[in-house]
Amino acid sequence: MATLTHQNSATAEQLVVTAGARKTFITIIVAGVVLLIIGLLASIFHIGEGEHAAAGEAAGHAGAAAAHGAEHHEGSPVWLKRLLVSLWHSNVFFLGVSTIGTVFVAINYVAYAGWSVMIKRIAEALSAWVIPGAAIMLVVFLLGRHDIFHWTHEGIMEKGSANYDAIIAGKSGFLNLPFYLIRTVVYLGIWAFFSWKLRQLSLAEDQLGGTVWFHKSINASALFLVLYAVTSSMSAWDWVMSVDPHWFSTMFGWYVFASWWVSGIAAIALTAIFLKQAGYLRALTSNHLHDLGKLMFGFSIFWTYVWFSQFMLIWYANLPEEAVYFNQRLGGFEGRYTGMFFFNLVINFLFPFLGLMTRDAKRQMIIMKIVCIAILVGHWSDFYLMLMPGTLKGENGFLIEIGVAAIFLGAFLILFTRRLASASLVPVHHPFLDESVHHTT
Amino acid sequence: MTKRYALGIFEDEDVLLHAVENVRAAGVKIHDVFSPYPVHGIDDALGIERSRLPIAAFFFGMTGLAFALWMQIYMLGFDWPMNIGGKPHIALPAFIPVAFELTVFFTCHGMAITFFTITGLYPRFKVPVMDVRATDDKFVMAIELDESSSQLPQLTQLLRDNGASEVNQKEMTTK
Repeated sequence: MATLTHQNSATAEQLVVTAGARKTFITIIVAGVVLLIIGLLASIFHIGEGEHAAAGEAAGHAGAAAAHGAEHHEGSPVWLKRLLVSLWHSNVFFLGVSTIGTVFVAINYVAYAGWSVMIKRIAEALSAWVIPGAAIMLVVFLLGRHDIFHWTHEGIMEKGSANYDAIIAGKSGFLNLPFYLIRTVVYLGIWAFFSWKLRQLSLAEDQLGGTVWFHKSINASALFLVLYAVTSSMSAWDWVMSVDPHWFSTMFGWYVFASWWVSGIAAIALTAIFLKQAGYLRALTSNHLHDLGKLMFGFSIFWTYVWFSQFMLIWYANLPEEAVYFNQRLGGFEGRYTGMFFFNLVINFLFPFLGLMTRDAKRQMIIMKIVCIAILVGHWSDFYLMLMPGTLKGENGFLIEIGVAAIFLGAFLILFTRRLASASLVPVHHPFLDESVHHTT
Repeated sequence: MTKRYALGIFEDEDVLLHAVENVRAAGVKIHDVFSPYPVHGIDDALGIERSRLPIAAFFFGMTGLAFALWMQIYMLGFDWPMNIGGKPHIALPAFIPVAFELTVFFTCHGMAITFFTITGLYPRFKVPVMDVRATDDKFVMAIELDESSSQLPQLTQLLRDNGASEVNQKEMTTK
C-alpha cells in the first residue's frame, strides 16, 4: 500500500569503507596466514598424523582400485602439494563466485528485470576478483600443475614410458598443455573483458544518463551469456574434472555452475544485508531480500537436482570407471571423506531447503544471513570434495586449506569493498531504478 | 440466501486503489473487488490476510512423500522383491525420483482442489458474476447492503467522490 501511495525515490549513496572494516579484512588475512603456517608446520613435522597417514595411503590403494597402478606418494612433499592444491581449490571457488557477479548483472539485463537494480552494484563489484583470480590461476597452474593434474606428468602419454597410461593418452587431443593453456586464457579473458565492459557501461550511465547505456549493456550481456554458457561448462571440465583424468561425467559442467551460481547469489544477498544494516541502500526492502531468498532456495534445490542426477546414474549403473569417483568419496581412503560427503548434502540442500521454505524466513535478515553463510561455506566444501580426493588422495587436511581460504576471503573483501566504494551504491540513472524502488512481492 | 450489493464501477486501477483506501478509511466494509487482471498491492489495500494455502501445501507434500516411500518400500521390498542389478531390495536412491514426483503431484492437486473449494471458484453451470464487465475492462468494488438498503445514498456519494464512474445495485443468490 505504502509503495503505491507515497512517492519514494532513490538517490546516490556513497559507501565509505571504515577503518574498522579494513582492519577486519586484514585480521582475516592474518588469521589465515597463522592457520596456514601452523598447518604447514604440522604437515612438515607430521604432527597428529604419524602412522595414520600411512594407513590412509594403504586404504587409498583399495579405494582407488580402478585408478591405474600403485598410487604411491608422488610429486612434491605433502605440505607443498597441499598448499598448491588448496590455492587452486580456493581460487576456483572465489573466481567462480566473482564471475557470477557479472553473470547476475547480464541475466537481469537480458531479462529486462527491474527489481534487481537496487543490488546491481553489489553484483558488479563482485567481479573485482576476476583479474587477480585469473592471475593466481595461471601462476598456480604453471608452477604447480604436476601436483594438481595427474595428466600433466612426464611421459604419461608416451607409449613405452614407465608412466604411460593408455586411458589418459587417449584424451591427449583435449588434455594437452598448449590447448589447455589456450582454453584457460580464453575463459579468463572473456570473463574479465565482459566484467570490465559491463562495469564501464554502468559507470558511464551514472555520469551521462540516458537509455543508450542500457541498450548497449543488453547487447553486451546477451553476447556474454552465450559465451559464458560454453566457457563455464568447459572451465569446469578443465579446472575441476580433469583432476580425475580417468573419470568423466556429462553433468559436471552444470554441477560446478550450480555451485558457483548459488554461492554468488548468497554473496550478493549477504552483502546487501550487511550494507542495509550499516545504513546504506535506504530503498532496499524485505521485498528485494525475499526475491534473493527465493533464488537461493530455488538454486539450492537445483544444485541438489544436478548432484543427484550425477550420483544416481553412476550408483545405478555401477560401472567401475564411473563408480570410482563415489568410491573414493564414500568410504574410500579409510572413510576420510564420508563425513564431508553427507555434510555437503545437509548444508547445501537440507539446511537452505528447510530454512528458507517459509515467506517470513526469506524476509528476515538474520535467517537470510545464516543461510547465506551456510551456503558459502557449504559450496566451498563442495569444491573441496570435488578436488581433494583426486589430488591429495588420503593426505588431505583442513588447517592449510582453511588458512588459504581465509587469505583469499580477506583479499577478496578488500578488492570487493574498494570497488563497491568507488561508485554510487545505487545506479541513479538506470531506467528501471524506480521499478526496483517500488518492488513488491 | 439473497444478498444485496452496491457496485462501484471504476475505469482505472490507480483510482480504484485510492478509492479502496478511502472507502475503508471511511469505515465501510468492502465485500470484494473484481478486476480483469491482478492489481498490484490490492490485497494490502483491502487488508486481506495472507493465504494459509502454503501450510496446506506443505502437508499435502508430506502426504505425497510418505505415500511414495511406503508404496515403493512395500512393493519392491516386501510384496514382490526383485533383484535389480544386485541392488538391495529397498534401494533409497532409486526411490527418490518417484518420491519427488509424487510429492509434487500431491502438492499441486491438493492445492488446486483446496483453493477451488475454499474460494468457491470450482467449475459449475451457473456462475455468480457481479458485473460481467469486470472480465473485460472495468474494476468493480462490491459493498454489501443491509435489508433496507438505507445506506445506499451515502455510499453512492462516497463512491462517486472517489472516482467511480457509476454505482449500481445487484442482488445475488448465494448458497
